[in-house]
Amino acid sequence: MSLVDFVVLIGAIVGIAGYGVWRTRGRRGLSHYLKGDQSTGWLVIGISVMATQASAITFISTPGQGYQDGLGFVQNYFGAPLALIVIAAIFLPMYRRLNVYTAYEFLGRRFDSKTRLLGAALFLLQRGLAAGITIYAPAIILSTVLHWRADATILLAGLVVIVYTAAGGSEAVNVTQKYQLGVIFCGMVAAFIVLLTKLPANLSLHDALSVAGAFRKLDSVDFSIDVNRRYTFWSGLLGGFFLALSYFGTDQSQVQRYLSGASLRESRLGLMFNAVFKIPMQFFILSLGVLVFVFYQFEPPPVFFNAAAWESGVRRDNSERLHSLEQRFALAHAAKRQLIERWLDARRSGDIQTATSARAQALEANRQSEELRTEARKTLLAANPTAQSNDTDYVFITFILGHLPHGLIGLLIAAFFAAALSSKAAELNALASTTTMDFYRYIVRRQAADAHYVAASKFFTVGWGLVAIAFALFANLAENLIQAVNIVGSIFYGVVLALFLVAFFLRRVGGTAVFWAALLAQSLVFVLYSYLRVSYLWFNLIGCAACVLFSLVLQAALGPESERAEALPKT
Amino acid sequence: MISPDDSIGTDDPPDGKPADPADEATGLPWLKSWLSVYVFVTMCFVTWVVLLVALERVFS
Repeated sequence: MSLVDFVVLIGAIVGIAGYGVWRTRGRRGLSHYLKGDQSTGWLVIGISVMATQASAITFISTPGQGYQDGLGFVQNYFGAPLALIVIAAIFLPMYRRLNVYTAYEFLGRRFDSKTRLLGAALFLLQRGLAAGITIYAPAIILSTVLHWRADATILLAGLVVIVYTAAGGSEAVNVTQKYQLGVIFCGMVAAFIVLLTKLPANLSLHDALSVAGAFRKLDSVDFSIDVNRRYTFWSGLLGGFFLALSYFGTDQSQVQRYLSGASLRESRLGLMFNAVFKIPMQFFILSLGVLVFVFYQFEPPPVFFNAAAWESGVRRDNSERLHSLEQRFALAHAAKRQLIERWLDARRSGDIQTATSARAQALEANRQSEELRTEARKTLLAANPTAQSNDTDYVFITFILGHLPHGLIGLLIAAFFAAALSSKAAELNALASTTTMDFYRYIVRRQAADAHYVAASKFFTVGWGLVAIAFALFANLAENLIQAVNIVGSIFYGVVLALFLVAFFLRRVGGTAVFWAALLAQSLVFVLYSYLRVSYLWFNLIGCAACVLFSLVLQAALGPESERAEALPKT
Repeated sequence: MISPDDSIGTDDPPDGKPADPADEATGLPWLKSWLSVYVFVTMCFVTWVVLLVALERVFS
């Protein structure tokens, strides 16, 4: 990175954070601190909901998914539009009528204290874990490729977000997310345009798509009913529906965003904005990865995209197998490039027979290249057992640093940090709100002035921020990072969602039945996750269905009388 | 304080406040009711899936 890149990076990040602190100075009320000024329009709500979900991992890791596996990951989001409709039609009016601070407060009003605390505790557990991942992921990748200290990067990003979130609360999160998403959008569009200009001059967009299609990178909708496949239309539609319903409808980091709307109408439209644009956005990010794949068919790619891990392995590899693999991969790539060019030339000249033959040979050459990459990963792991063997998270950043002009590199790095800060800020805000309203005010100190609870919220914001930083400093994740976040979510979300579905639709079920049903269902999900080899998206459905079923059975066993005899106070 | 089951899950606002008439209107020029907004969103989703399938078929 050059001085220009650093100026762009620091200017964008510190400028937006500073603006957030300045814009929200002097705000004192609890409602204002936790829910904003409740005058937010639908576009800001829509942007805020989008920015909360789209963390830095989305923009760093998803193009790598596109590069490696093509567009198939987009199916993960197929359930989101339908889930957002359900939330806008049913969940949102209820939250607004009750004027709740947190989604779990609703559980307390519908059921009882212990169910409210269980819902809040499940949220804090899974979101607390994810908060660590969302700060760890960009920091570890950026520090590796930019040769920054990982701990210093984590601390710096963590402290910036703690300062403006603690200072300005929910409103600071909203106003900064607007500009952060602007930086992200500009950066990604600029990268897309530059990427198109970097493709060979004689390669049309049709040719580029043909290359991507031939290597099955455009396979986006798989109607297979095989539950072992990670991404299919059905797992995306059903599992994704329950994941999105739970995430957008019951996760406080999202609920808090749309509760800040000026009216039910503004909040609803903000959600519908996401329902329309969520799939196109993910498609666009994955397409970047697919285009990077096409680019690297004509430019030599590294055999392993995590250069730091590779160099470390080369230093340890006494037999020089890694070096040899690197050379073989370069030769295989050159041969593949020639075959692709021959195929495209033959197709342009109408020589169908040569085109068909060259295309088949190029596919075979690609298979051999992939085998060399797999062998390289295994050899690297043998030479350095602590090395990360998954390099897909490094694909996009390697392309950026190697092929984008200075200034734009700074903008893209700023975009990654902006995404990290925007999702982290919403998470800290939600974790602090839940801790304050569902635990501190509910259990520890029920009667106090607003200023006291605002101070407590600030304290919990800093506390959760430090927990996330500590987790990030000691984390070591092997999975592709965006999948790691979704897996953690899928383990807990189904049961949390069931608590709300029972609350909304099964009016005969009371607090005691749903409480024990949730504990049973969560235990079942833990056990099944250890033994069942199915796409993690299905655990959303399994957890939800199990909890609903157990609730009905337990309520039938308890009978209506025992439910009424419950001694726990209602809120 | 709101008692459970009596107020939640019903059409009546539990806090006694009447629904704001402004919330019933979408404020959109072409989609006047919320049902039409939801249908529009669903159609957008279906269109995206069809386009993705078409992209896959054309270039595979």
